[in-house]
Amino acid sequence: MSRLILGPFNRVEGDLEVQLEVTDGRVTEARVNAPMFRGFELILNGRDPMDALSIAPRICGICSVSQSVAAAKALADASGVVVPPNGMHAINLMLACENFADHLTHFYLFFMPDFTRAVYAARPWFREAERRFAALAGSTSNGGLRSRAALAARARWFELIGTLGGKWPHTGAVLPGGTSRAIETTERIRLLARVREMRAFLEQTLFGTALEEVATLDSLAALQRWRARAAGSDMALFLDLAEATQLTNLGPGPGRYLSYGAYARFEGGHALARGVWDAALQQGLPLDPTQISEDARHAWYAESTSAQALHPMAGLTQPEPDKPGAYSWNKAPRLGSQVVETGAIARQLVDGQPLIRAAVLAHGGTVYTRVLARLLEMARILPLMEQWLLALQPHAPFHAVQAQPEQAQGIGLTEAARGALGHWLRIENGRIAHYQIVAPTSWNFSPRDAAGTPGALEAALVGARLDNAIEGAGGQSVAVQHIVRSFDPCMVCTVH
Amino acid sequence: MALNVLWLQSGGCGGCSMSLLCADTTDFPALLRSNGIRLLWHPALSLAGEQDLIQLLERCLAGQLQLDALCIEGALLRGPQGTGRFHRLAGTGVAMTDWVRRLAGVAAHVVAVGSCAAWGGITTAGRNPTDACGLQYEDDQPGGLLGTDFRAGAGLPVINIAGCPTHPGWVLDTLMMLAAHQLTEEDLDPLGRPRFYADQLVHHACTRNEYYEYKASAAKPTDLGCLMENMGCKGTQAHADCNTRLWNGDGSCLRGGFACINCTAPGFQSPGHPFHITPKLAGIPIGLPVDMPKAWFVALASLSKSATPRRVKVNSHSDHVVLPPVARKTRLR
Repeated sequence: MSRLILGPFNRVEGDLEVQLEVTDGRVTEARVNAPMFRGFELILNGRDPMDALSIAPRICGICSVSQSVAAAKALADASGVVVPPNGMHAINLMLACENFADHLTHFYLFFMPDFTRAVYAARPWFREAERRFAALAGSTSNGGLRSRAALAARARWFELIGTLGGKWPHTGAVLPGGTSRAIETTERIRLLARVREMRAFLEQTLFGTALEEVATLDSLAALQRWRARAAGSDMALFLDLAEATQLTNLGPGPGRYLSYGAYARFEGGHALARGVWDAALQQGLPLDPTQISEDARHAWYAESTSAQALHPMAGLTQPEPDKPGAYSWNKAPRLGSQVVETGAIARQLVDGQPLIRAAVLAHGGTVYTRVLARLLEMARILPLMEQWLLALQPHAPFHAVQAQPEQAQGIGLTEAARGALGHWLRIENGRIAHYQIVAPTSWNFSPRDAAGTPGALEAALVGARLDNAIEGAGGQSVAVQHIVRSFDPCMVCTVH
Repeated sequence: MALNVLWLQSGGCGGCSMSLLCADTTDFPALLRSNGIRLLWHPALSLAGEQDLIQLLERCLAGQLQLDALCIEGALLRGPQGTGRFHRLAGTGVAMTDWVRRLAGVAAHVVAVGSCAAWGGITTAGRNPTDACGLQYEDDQPGGLLGTDFRAGAGLPVINIAGCPTHPGWVLDTLMMLAAHQLTEEDLDPLGRPRFYADQLVHHACTRNEYYEYKASAAKPTDLGCLMENMGCKGTQAHADCNTRLWNGDGSCLRGGFACINCTAPGFQSPGHPFHITPKLAGIPIGLPVDMPKAWFVALASLSKSATPRRVKVNSHSDHVVLPPVARKTRLR
């Protein structure tokens, strides 16, 4: 047996370290560490509740709108304000813009460059992978044509938030009662034009077919038929590479999936449903948010006097950097004491998207199905955005004024690109008295809990095969890279 | 010879990197290359990971690889008890503050990307749980991680491209000027910020300027009126060109309908009042426009309020233009 410490992982958001125990070239145990702490939950304490709208987004530069939405929802829950339809559409548009951009960035800039690593140099598809997906810094190949085009498309895409929210990241436009920016008729038309530019980019490069053909794929057989039609597209190449490198079996998740529901509807519910999906039972279950807890046994935080995992409304954040047995600044979130996975795959499973349910039934929740779910979600989100833009009613209100309560508590649950994001807050004497955040990567990159149960990534890494030569060099296992990146970790959110 | 740039992140949110990727260009790597900028390593963009990075850092420290610009994003976390263990560079077990100190010692230029790296930023808010600071400032006090007297190899103090996040244009202009050997100490303001953006005010070219002239002020979110009097806006005091060099196409905080919180300045994270409310004394905002004596402000404000055209007054309390400007029917202007 040997022990490897991998890190810093790049092409992830924030700093990440992974410790592996390896026997006969296979990972037998993994520990995932987020080696940074900033203390946002402490920083928020004592502030005016509305200050959360300026501070919370700054937890994360890649999903700051998601953090804004969670904070605004928690404040709206505390004050009881009802967001008018325009405000809801505008918030959904900003959230979708960010989540969509995350999927795009993940695929082109974070995930696919691993297929251009030297370890794959002898593969027949290597040159093509390099031509399309070479990393943008340090590459001498002058490749990466598709990732460069995607980056340019992404910059233009964020002009949606430029208009709707002033700037990205860290807009202050998302408020408990709606948004601070009313949209005029001509602006709506321009925004629609921008969305259609992105549609054209996707249909020409990523999908090679109409978005709707991807969004409505309903079986693995349909996917194979589509793949033949879309040969040459980047998603078709991904399917080829996934097959060639057996991503279908790599990095299995815990089989239980959590979604808080994405894109709230004025009439209630969400465009992508809320709930839990149990893959073994092939069954959806309702979500009971009171069953959420965070266990601090292996995290560098003081535990409750009862040593029990605490619900976020009672959670503690007291750094204890010398705590024995601790190895991460991330607490271990659990749902009914169980490990769950969250992200696009969870949203699509909970929402009942038939292709993703079929793919997970056939292959499990693996690197392949995680990435497939993200790509499919892109095809589903963009038409929703077109609908929301068309539904905006210029000169109807975008915002409802609300009075700030002196005493209240509130919960804000939303979906970031990487999955379930929740804020829990309590207001006392007009000030924030308690603030707890459980981020998507907190779930996925959880350390062990008091029972010793590993988190989702920790378990997903077990069984990964390392190349002996690579192991000897103390270096990089491409299998580990694929597994880690399939979750698209956001470590700054995780530790906050 | 290209400018060798090493970009590392510490106690921040990664937002300045994400903002950088919104740069207004059709081909980001080509923009860097054609302007003589070589990214040795960037956490979001490099293929090489882990051991490659650590080897690269060691080669810089040993002088085998010329480090022209060390870009640091995020605050430097000195806690707990001065150990820096709130952020250890993954895979090394060594505090990031140690890595940064050593690398700054060999770099020709040290660049703080964003307000966290410049002053400590949002990470220092409240009771600053991680004892965070900037590279050469601790909030508005000179010092920080590297100390008041620090000069990088080429002779400049830390270049503070402050902002939360920083604008991609501010970063690229700075790096391009460094690559062209065009950035001198005279190009930095007294806080070390590049003057090409810090000599402007956010107020300049604000679309709400007519409302400002008449103190026709917004009273609630989505109102078109000026955000200074009631909504906490510090655009008349904030050093940045946000309304002439727009964000993400056609954005700025003010155009987005929310207050400028002066995020390029030290101390913005804890203004001593809620961000969204203008603190006032006897009805007069405490934070007055820079260079403006209070008596003049009071006199001009009362005069301009009494002269406010009805159009401006009505529109200032609406989320769209209710009364358009009158179209005069004469060729004589």
